[in-house]
Amino acid sequence: MRAPEMLLALILMASVTFYVLLGGADYGGGVWDLLANGPRRQEQRELISNAITPVWEANHVWLVLVVVLLFAGFPAAFAAITTALNIPLTVLVIGIVMRGSSFVFRAYHTGDYRTHRRWGLIFAIASTVTPICLGVVVGAISSGHVLVRDGISINGFLAPWLGTFPLVVGLFALSLFVFLAAVYLTVEARERALQEDFRRKALVSGAIVAAMALGTFLAARTGAPQIYSGLLRPSLVWIVQGATALYAIAAFVALLTRKYKVARIAAMLQVGLILWGWGMSQSPFFLQGDMTVSAAAAAPPVLWALIGATAAGLLVLFPSIGYLMQLFKANNEDIPLH
Amino acid sequence: MSDIFAARSQMAMSLVFHIVFAAIGVALPLMMVIAEGLWLRTRDAAYLCVAKRWAKGTAILFAVGAVSGTVLSFELGLLWPRFMGFAGAAIGMPFSLEGFAFFTEAIFLGIYLYGWKRVSPGIHLLAGAIVAVSGVASAMFVCLANGWMNTPTGFRLVNGQLTDINVWQAMRNPAGLPEAIHMILASYCAAGFATAGVHALLALRDRSNRFHQRAIAIALLVGGSAVVAQAVSGDALARMTARNVPTKLAAMEGDFQTRSGAPLHIGGLPDVRTRETKYSIEIPDGLSLLAFHSPHATVQGLDKTPQDEWPNVLVVHIAFQIMVGLGTLLICVALVGAWLAWRNGPLIENRRFLQLLALCSPLGFVALESGWVVTEVGRQPWIIYHVMRTSAAVTTMPGLTTPLVLFTGLYLILAAIVIWLMSRHVIASPREAEIRAIAGNEVPLHARP
Ligand code: HDD
Ligand code: HEM
Ligand code: HEM
Repeated sequence: MRAPEMLLALILMASVTFYVLLGGADYGGGVWDLLANGPRRQEQRELISNAITPVWEANHVWLVLVVVLLFAGFPAAFAAITTALNIPLTVLVIGIVMRGSSFVFRAYHTGDYRTHRRWGLIFAIASTVTPICLGVVVGAISSGHVLVRDGISINGFLAPWLGTFPLVVGLFALSLFVFLAAVYLTVEARERALQEDFRRKALVSGAIVAAMALGTFLAARTGAPQIYSGLLRPSLVWIVQGATALYAIAAFVALLTRKYKVARIAAMLQVGLILWGWGMSQSPFFLQGDMTVSAAAAAPPVLWALIGATAAGLLVLFPSIGYLMQLFKANNEDIPLH
Repeated sequence: MSDIFAARSQMAMSLVFHIVFAAIGVALPLMMVIAEGLWLRTRDAAYLCVAKRWAKGTAILFAVGAVSGTVLSFELGLLWPRFMGFAGAAIGMPFSLEGFAFFTEAIFLGIYLYGWKRVSPGIHLLAGAIVAVSGVASAMFVCLANGWMNTPTGFRLVNGQLTDINVWQAMRNPAGLPEAIHMILASYCAAGFATAGVHALLALRDRSNRFHQRAIAIALLVGGSAVVAQAVSGDALARMTARNVPTKLAAMEGDFQTRSGAPLHIGGLPDVRTRETKYSIEIPDGLSLLAFHSPHATVQGLDKTPQDEWPNVLVVHIAFQIMVGLGTLLICVALVGAWLAWRNGPLIENRRFLQLLALCSPLGFVALESGWVVTEVGRQPWIIYHVMRTSAAVTTMPGLTTPLVLFTGLYLILAAIVIWLMSRHVIASPREAEIRAIAGNEVPLHARP
C-alpha cells in the first residue's frame, strides 16, 4: 500500500473490531447480569462471571491500543474528538472505572451475599452505560458536527453529540454487545438448561439488533446525511451490507438449530462487517465531512514507524492471546479458576 | 478555581493515584515469582502461601491500576488536547509499545492468577516472570514519553509546528532512560518496603509465623537492594538534569545564584522574594561536586532564567528534600537489616527491627510521589520544556472543576474500598494449618500430567 495513513487506519479499524468482538462481549455479559431472570438466575450470573474473569483485562487493552494509535498516528483527530466530545468521553471513562473496579470488588465478596449483589448491580449498570457512550462517540464522529478550529469547538460541547442520531448509534452499539455476549454464552454454558436460557436471549437480542440497525439507518437520513447517501449509492458498501445480512440470517438459523459454535462465528462476522461497513461509508473522512484520514495523519515516517511497531507487537500478541483463550475457553470449565 | 488550575490538579491527582498501583504492578510480580521459585526449590509450603497471598493482592490492585491507567490515556486528550494534537506523533511511539507491554502483562497475569491448576509448575512460574518483565517494560516506555516532555529531541520546530519527527530519536531523549531506571528501582523500593512493613506489623502480633518470616525476607531483599541502587541512579539523573534542565535543578536545590563552587543546601526554605534559601545546612562546593563531579564547576542558578519561567521553587525544593531524605533513611534501614540478618539470623526475632520496618512501610511511596512532584512541578511553566507552555496546552472546555470533583470523589471512594478489601482478604496471618492445606491441595494437582 502506498498510503501509510490508510494502512494505519486499517490497523486502527482492526483494533476497534477486536475490541468490540472481545471486550464488547464482556460489557454485554454485564448487561445479562443485570437482566438475569428465571429459576437459574444465580447460575446465569456465575457463568457470566467465570467467562469474563480471566480475560477481561486482556480484552480491555484493545481499547487502550485504539486510543494510543489514534493519538500517535492521527493526533489532529484525537485532539478534535477529545475537545468536542469531552462530556461523553468523561462519562465513558467513569463507566470504565466503575465497571472494572466493581467487578474485582465483587469477586472478593463471595461470603456476604448482599454486598456481593450491590457490587454486581454497579457492575451491571456501568456495563450498560459504557457501550452507549462508545456508540454516541462513534455516532457523533459520523454526523459531521465535530468541528474544531484552533482548539475551539465550533458547535460547543453539547451539540456535537447530543442528538437523535448519536444516541441511536449508542443504543445500537449496546444491542450488538448484548447479542454477542448471549451467543458466546450459549457456547460457554455446559448445562443444557443454561444453554437454552442464553439461546432464547440470543434470539431476542438478535431481533433487537436487526431493529436497531434499521433504526440507525433511518436516523442517519437527517442525523448523518453524508453516510446515508453513501449507503444508498451502489458500491462495495452494498456487498458488505449484503454479506452482513446473510451472516445475520446464518446466526439466527444456527441458533434455531442449536449449532452454537456456528452461531458464534456467524455473529462475529456479522458484527465485524457492520463495523467495516461503517468504516467504508465513513472513508475518506476521519471526522465526517471535515477532516479526512490524510489530513488527520502524522507525517509518513511516523506512520511507517507505528505500522512496523504494531506489526512486531502483533507477532508477539496473537500467539499469547491464542494461548490464553485455549486455556480458559477450550472446554475445560470443570477445572476451577482458584 | 481557574480551569487550568483544575486541569493541572486533575492530572496530578490521577497520576498520584495511578502510580501507586502501577508501582505495585511493576514490583509485586517479581516478588511473587521469587516466592514461587523458592517454593518449587525448597517445597516449603510457607513460600507457596506467600506467593498465593501476594497474587490475590495483585489481582485487586492490577484491575484498579488498569482502569486508572485507561483514565490517564483519555485524560491526555480530555485535558490537554492541544498538547496531544501538537506532540502526539512525537510521544506516540513509546505509548504504542507500552500498549503491547500491557497486553502481555494482562494476558500472562490472567494465566498466572487463574491457571494454577491448568498449567505445569514451570509454565506457571514462567507466566509470572513474563508479567514481571512486561511491568518493567511498561514503566520504561511511559518514562521515555515523560522524558521527552522534559528534554525534547528528534524533531525540528518550524513555524511553531513539529516537523521531521523521528520517533526513535524522540525516544532516545536524554532524560528518558535515566528516568526509567530510577522509576523501576523506585517501584521495587516503594512496594518492597510497603510489603515488608505490613508483614512486620502482622509478625509483631504473631511472631512464630514462618509465613511472615519468608515474606519479610523477600520483600526486604527486593526493596533494600533497590534503594541502595537508587542513590547511584538518582545521582546520574541529577547530573542529567543539571546539564539539560538547569532551571529545574536550581529549583530543586534552592539555588538562586549562578557560581562556581556552588554549595549544597540541605533542608531550608527558599524565599523567592529575597532570593535566598534560609535555615538550610550548607555544604561548601557540595552542589558542584554532586552535579558535575568537580568542586569548582559552575552551576547555573535561577538568576539565569527569567522569573516568569520559574517553577514553584518552594514546592520543588521541599519535595526534593523529602525524596532524598527518605531515600537516605531507607538505605540505612536496609543496611541495618542486612547487618542484623548476617549477625543474628532471622530478622523476625528482633522486635525493635520489626517495629522500625512497620514505621517505614509508607515511606517508599512518599519518596516516589515526591520525586514525581519534583519532576512535574519542576518542569512548569512548560508542558514540553522550552517548546510549549502548559497554559497553551489546556482544553477550551469550560467548567473543568466538575470533572476534577467527580474524579477526586471517585478515587477517594476507590482508595477506601481497596484499603478495606486488602485488610480483610490479603493482609491477615494464615494459621499453620492453612499453610499446610494450601500446599496439600497443590502437590497432587501439580503432579497431574
Ligand atoms: C522510592 C522512591 C525514590 C527514592 C528513594 C529516590 N527517588 Fe529520586 N525520584 C523518584 C523516586 C525516588 C521518582 C520515581 O518519583 C522520580 C520522579 C521522576 C523519575 O524518573 O523518578 C524521581 C526523580 C528524581 C530526580 C528528578 C529528575 C528530573 O526530573 O529532572 C532526581 C534528581 C532524583 N530523583 C534524585 C534522587 C536521589 C539523589 C536520591 C537519593 C537517594 C533519590 N532520587 C531517591
Ligand atoms: C501519563 C502517564 C500514564 C499513562 C497515560 C498510563 C496509561 C496506562 C494504561 C492505559 C494502563 C492500563 C493497561 C491495562 O489495561 O492493563 C496502565 C496501567 C499500568 N501503568 Fe500506567 N500510565 C501512566 C503512568 C504510568 C507510569 C509513570 C508508570 C510507571 C511505572 C505506569 C505503569 C503502569 C503499569 C505497570 C500498568 C499495569 C497495570 C498495573 O499493574 O497496575 N504508568 N497505565
Ligand atoms: C506517575 C507518576 C506521575 C506523577 C505522580 C505525576 C505528577 C504530576 C503533577 C503533580 C502534575 C502537575 C504539575 C503542575 O501543574 O504543577 C503533573 C502534570 C502532568 N503530567 Fe505528570 N506525573 C507523573 C508521570 C507522568 C508521565 C509518565 C507523563 C507522560 C508521559 C505525565 C504527563 C503529565 C502531563 C501531560 C501533565 C500536565 C501538564 C503539566 O502540568 O505540565 N506525567 N503530573
